[in-house]
Amino acid sequence: MSVPAAFPGGPEVSAVRAMALIVRRELRLSFRRPEQMLQPLVFFLIVTTLFPLGLSLQLSLLRDMAPGVLWVAALLSSLLSLDSLFKGDADDGTLDQLALSGQSLTAIVIAKTAAHWLVSGAALVLVSPLVGIALGIPVAIFPTMLGSLALGTLSLSWLGAIGAGLTVGLKRGNVLVSLIVLPLAMPLLIFGAGATDRAASGISSAGALYLLGSLCVFTCTLAPFATAAALRITLE
Amino acid sequence: MNFWAMGGYARFVWPCFGLAGVVLVWNVWSARRYHAAARVRVERALLMKDD
Amino acid sequence: MWTWFYRLASPPYVYRSAAALTPWFMAVAAIAIVCGLIGGLGVAPPDYQQGDAFRIIYVHVPSAYMSLFCYTTMAVAGAIGLIWRIKMAHALAAATAPIGASFTALALVTGSLWGKPMWGTYWAWDPRLTSELILLFLYAGVMSLRPAFEDPARGDRAAALLAIVGLVNVPIIHYSVQWWNSLHQGATIAKIGKPSMPGSMLWPLLTMLLGFMCFYGAVVCIRLRGEVLNRERQSAWVREAIKS
Repeated sequence: MSVPAAFPGGPEVSAVRAMALIVRRELRLSFRRPEQMLQPLVFFLIVTTLFPLGLSLQLSLLRDMAPGVLWVAALLSSLLSLDSLFKGDADDGTLDQLALSGQSLTAIVIAKTAAHWLVSGAALVLVSPLVGIALGIPVAIFPTMLGSLALGTLSLSWLGAIGAGLTVGLKRGNVLVSLIVLPLAMPLLIFGAGATDRAASGISSAGALYLLGSLCVFTCTLAPFATAAALRITLE
Repeated sequence: MNFWAMGGYARFVWPCFGLAGVVLVWNVWSARRYHAAARVRVERALLMKDD
Repeated sequence: MWTWFYRLASPPYVYRSAAALTPWFMAVAAIAIVCGLIGGLGVAPPDYQQGDAFRIIYVHVPSAYMSLFCYTTMAVAGAIGLIWRIKMAHALAAATAPIGASFTALALVTGSLWGKPMWGTYWAWDPRLTSELILLFLYAGVMSLRPAFEDPARGDRAAALLAIVGLVNVPIIHYSVQWWNSLHQGATIAKIGKPSMPGSMLWPLLTMLLGFMCFYGAVVCIRLRGEVLNRERQSAWVREAIKS
C-alpha cells in the first residue's frame, strides 16, 4: 500500500492549502492503522482502572480522587501516542522532504500536531465519560470535565510536540520524551485537575477553566515555533 | 551549649548547614574530577597520536 | 568592545581565563561564606516568632536564588549558543547545569527541613515548592538530553532549546508567592528601600548570597575547563596546553 505523498507541489502551494493537505494525509494514514489509534485509548482505560484497584477505595473517596486520576491517565496516554507524531515520517524520510519542501516548517508542525490531536486527544475526550462513570464522577460535572480535558489534551499535544521534535531519531527517545514533557505539563495538570475538582466540590470552575484556556492559547501559539526549531536541530 | 542547641531547633538547623557544606564540597570535587577526566582523555589521545 | 566579546568565544582564552579566575572567586567565596556564617549563626539575634530555626534562611535563600540564577544562565547561554553559534556558550550552559541542579536540590531539602518547624509539615504542594520541584525535573531533562545525541554539537543545541522552553518556569517560581495564596512567605530582600528584615539579620544573608555567587563562579570555571577540553580535544592548542 503506497503512502500518500505529503502534498503535491512545493513552495508555490499556499500555506493553508498545504496544512489542509497534511491534515488530510495524517488522518488518512491514521485510519489505515486503527490499532495505533486504539492503543493509547486502551492504555487510558487500563490506567484509570489501576488506581481504584491499587488503592481499593470506597466509591465516595474514589470520587474525590477521580479528577486527578483522570488527568494523570490522560497525561500518560498522551505521552504514549506522542511517539507516532514524527517517528513514522522520520523513519521513511517524509519528514526530511517536508522540511525541504519550501513550506514553513512551523505551518507543517501545526498541521501535523492538529491532526495528531484529532486522533489521540479528541478520542480521549470522547471516551472520558465512560471513565468518569467508572470513577464515580457525577454526570452534572461532565461538561466541565470534558471542557478541561479538551483544552488540556490540546495543550499537551502542542507541548508534547516539542519533546517529540527534540527526540526524533534518538534511541531511547521514549523515556526522554516523558522526562522532557512531564515537567512542562505539570502546570496543566494542576489547573486541569483543579477545574474538574472545583466543579465536583460545587465551587465555580470558571477561573480554572479560563486559566486552562489561556495556557492552551499560550502553548498553541508558541510551541509550534519551538517544535519547528527542534526539528531543524534534529533533522540536520 | 546554647549555641549548639539552636533554641531547640538543632535537628533542623544543623542538618541544613551540614547539607549545604556537603553540596559545596561535592560541587568542587565533581568539577575537579570532570576536568581531570577530560585531561586524561586528551593525554591518551596525544599518546596514541605519538605512537 | 567587541574584541572582548570575540575573545570570550575563543576556547584557549576561555581555558586560560577560567584557570586564572578560579582562585580569586574561591577566595572571595570562602571569606564571604565564613563571614556570612558567623553573622548568621552568631551575630544575628533569634527571630521573635521562629527562634533560631529562622537561621536556615542563610543557606536556603542563597541556594534557592542560585537555582534560579543558574537555570537562567544556562538558558541564556544556550540561546547565545543557538543564535550566534558560539560553542563556548554551550560549554557554559553544560558546565552550569549540574551546579544549578545541586543548588535546586539543596533549596528543596533545606526548605523542607525549615518547613517542619515553621509550618508543621516537611512538604506541601504549594505553588512555589511545586514549581521549584519542577525546576529540578527541568534540570534533569536538560542534563539527560544533551548526551543522548551522537553528535555533541547537536546535543548542545537540543539541550539549549529545551532550557529556553523551560525558562518560563523561572518567573512562575519567583512570582508564585504574589500570584497565589502561598504557604511560602513573600519577598524579603527585593522590596527596594524597605526590606522587611532588620539590618543585623539582613547583612549575613546578603553576604552568603555573595559567597554562593562567587562559589558558583569558581566551580563553573573548573567545570568549564573540562568542557573546553572535551569539546576541543582535536585542536592543536589543546595539545600544546596539555603538554606544557
